[in-house]
Amino acid sequence: MLRLEPRQQASSTMRWLTPILAVAITMVMGGFLFAAMGKDPFEAIKIIFLDPFFHETFGPYSRSQLMVKAGPLILIATGLSIGFRAGVWNIGAEGQFVMGAIAGGAVGLALYPAEGIWVLPLMTIAGALGGMAWAMIPAFLKIKFNTNEILVSLMLVYVAYNFLAAMVTGPLKSPDGFGFPESRSFTSVDSTHLPMIYEPLGMHAGVMVALALVIAAYVMMERHLLGFQIRLTGESPRAAKFAGVNPAIIVAVTLGISGALAGMAGLFEVTGPAGKLTTNFPVGYGFTAIIVAFLGRLNPIGIVLAGLLMALTYIGGELAQLSLGIPAAAISVFQGMMLFFLLAVDVFVNYRLVWKKEVK
Amino acid sequence: MDFSALNPVSLMVSLIIAATPILLAAVGELVVEKSGVLNLGVEGMMIIGAIAGFAISVETGNPWIGMLAAMFAGAILALIFGFMTQFLMSNQVATGLALTLFGLGMAALLGQSYTGMKPPSTPHLNIPVLSDLPVVGSILFSHDPMIYMSIALVTGVWYFLNRTRGGLVLRAVGENHDAAHSLGYNVVLIRMGAIAFGGACAGLGGAYLSLVRVPQWTEGMTAGAGWIALAIVVFASWKPWRLILGAYLFGGVTILQLNLQALGIGISAAYLSMTPYLITIIVMVIISADRRRASMNAPASLGRIFHASH
Repeated sequence: MLRLEPRQQASSTMRWLTPILAVAITMVMGGFLFAAMGKDPFEAIKIIFLDPFFHETFGPYSRSQLMVKAGPLILIATGLSIGFRAGVWNIGAEGQFVMGAIAGGAVGLALYPAEGIWVLPLMTIAGALGGMAWAMIPAFLKIKFNTNEILVSLMLVYVAYNFLAAMVTGPLKSPDGFGFPESRSFTSVDSTHLPMIYEPLGMHAGVMVALALVIAAYVMMERHLLGFQIRLTGESPRAAKFAGVNPAIIVAVTLGISGALAGMAGLFEVTGPAGKLTTNFPVGYGFTAIIVAFLGRLNPIGIVLAGLLMALTYIGGELAQLSLGIPAAAISVFQGMMLFFLLAVDVFVNYRLVWKKEVK
Repeated sequence: MDFSALNPVSLMVSLIIAATPILLAAVGELVVEKSGVLNLGVEGMMIIGAIAGFAISVETGNPWIGMLAAMFAGAILALIFGFMTQFLMSNQVATGLALTLFGLGMAALLGQSYTGMKPPSTPHLNIPVLSDLPVVGSILFSHDPMIYMSIALVTGVWYFLNRTRGGLVLRAVGENHDAAHSLGYNVVLIRMGAIAFGGACAGLGGAYLSLVRVPQWTEGMTAGAGWIALAIVVFASWKPWRLILGAYLFGGVTILQLNLQALGIGISAAYLSMTPYLITIIVMVIISADRRRASMNAPASLGRIFHASH
């Protein structure tokens, strides 16, 4: 009979093959899903994965959205991956994203209508600090009271949502907004408008920062002692302890970094694509980034590719919504399936299928 | 400010109703965790239960058939998790997260045509003399049957875990799966059973939310209830009776802040809406601060991967 046998060593070929395999299986199963909804599966898959690049009328706009959508996903996922590799599960990036946008946005609004190129960098720092502060709550509670960081960081997402609602109906409400629950527009003032670097691919300044930080994260994880200690803690907490790694510092550093990056992503979103703070501002990037982090194998380069792929499903999903009437929810099912299948086929990284006679 | 509008009896009744979905999900998760498996997909299974229960109730006109369907749907989703974690040895934290993300999307997709509908109403208990008693009658004797079911379920789980051979085996698997395996128990099968039970409970909790508590279907309606159920299992230190305390405490905070919002006491509704989540964090901190007590009841094999090599 067929059985799984542990490999002597994790297969590095499989580590890179399984994400591709997972995407392929998702396409097939997604096709079945679309067929069950009465849509042409081949047409739907083509629209989602090819039309954003090649469609004559929608193509140019879709391509310009690619990096706009991938940027925040890559930035958040890079931060999350550092924590995941240490076995620190920050799943509240969505909340840190919101708090970063609020903190950075508040600085911008306080300075309104200041001119100068120093405004946006200042807001970015405030955004990163806001996200970091929010992530330090689960970190502090974990270190001091041994409280589960998964549940605390997740609870804080709902607190952040409500805090956003309180802010846009209270202190941060636009005085010229006719009473609507939203802040002033950040894009209508040059000093708080995130500049676009390369329009056709949607490379705004935030995307450039994200890519720079991906490289920095790679260097830290692969070439720096701290990165080694983070990886060691994740792979063997006991060995890390004997090697003199302080687990409290690892928890604080990994949660702090991931919170800062998520907060920064929130600030870039609000000063660029979103334009202002509203209650509809968070669209779930913080959760989708978890899928991106895993699909990218918790590796900076993989995360860039996975972020682009996930951005593609968002953009292609919108096109499929327009032309085939496939609801947006089907796309989140599609994204969820991707993580599912990845985790399922990942078994082949550490195990191999062997044919063995039953021993009686 | 007029606090006289707050009627303690009706507050009590709504507290119990608010606590029940979480209690149902939490008691299922407790059994799962006692068997040594951490399923973080409670939120996903709950919302699938919410839409499955709602849709089937609307189609059949019978809320009980809907609740059965919700249990079935929750169990199916849980078995996917079980297959992946028990047979494919996938990471339980990541798989649970995937289950939640997938469940939220799937429920939104299935629920498209059910938004804004009214479900068939769930009948309430009406015991001649008892239900008509003042105060006690409303608080104790005139609920819908599911409330009594949830308490009975907690009792049953307590009895099973602490007074039966099956419960002992399940706990043994959760404490040390290698030892249980060498004694000849089928670790994977026992865990799959526990996982399916947990899924059915979460699904039922979700259906209670969409059929009785709200009662309506809206996208993302669980709003973290599944996560709170997970927190309550920690709060209860894996003891069934304390689940009731945790769930009712949470229900109380929820109802109190909702009523304060309705009264308009000058605090923004947004700040009041934060309180259930903040209280959940605070009680988790209090429980986990005492490391010795927190770890005493935690199943020793919780979240660890089991692979029988022989």
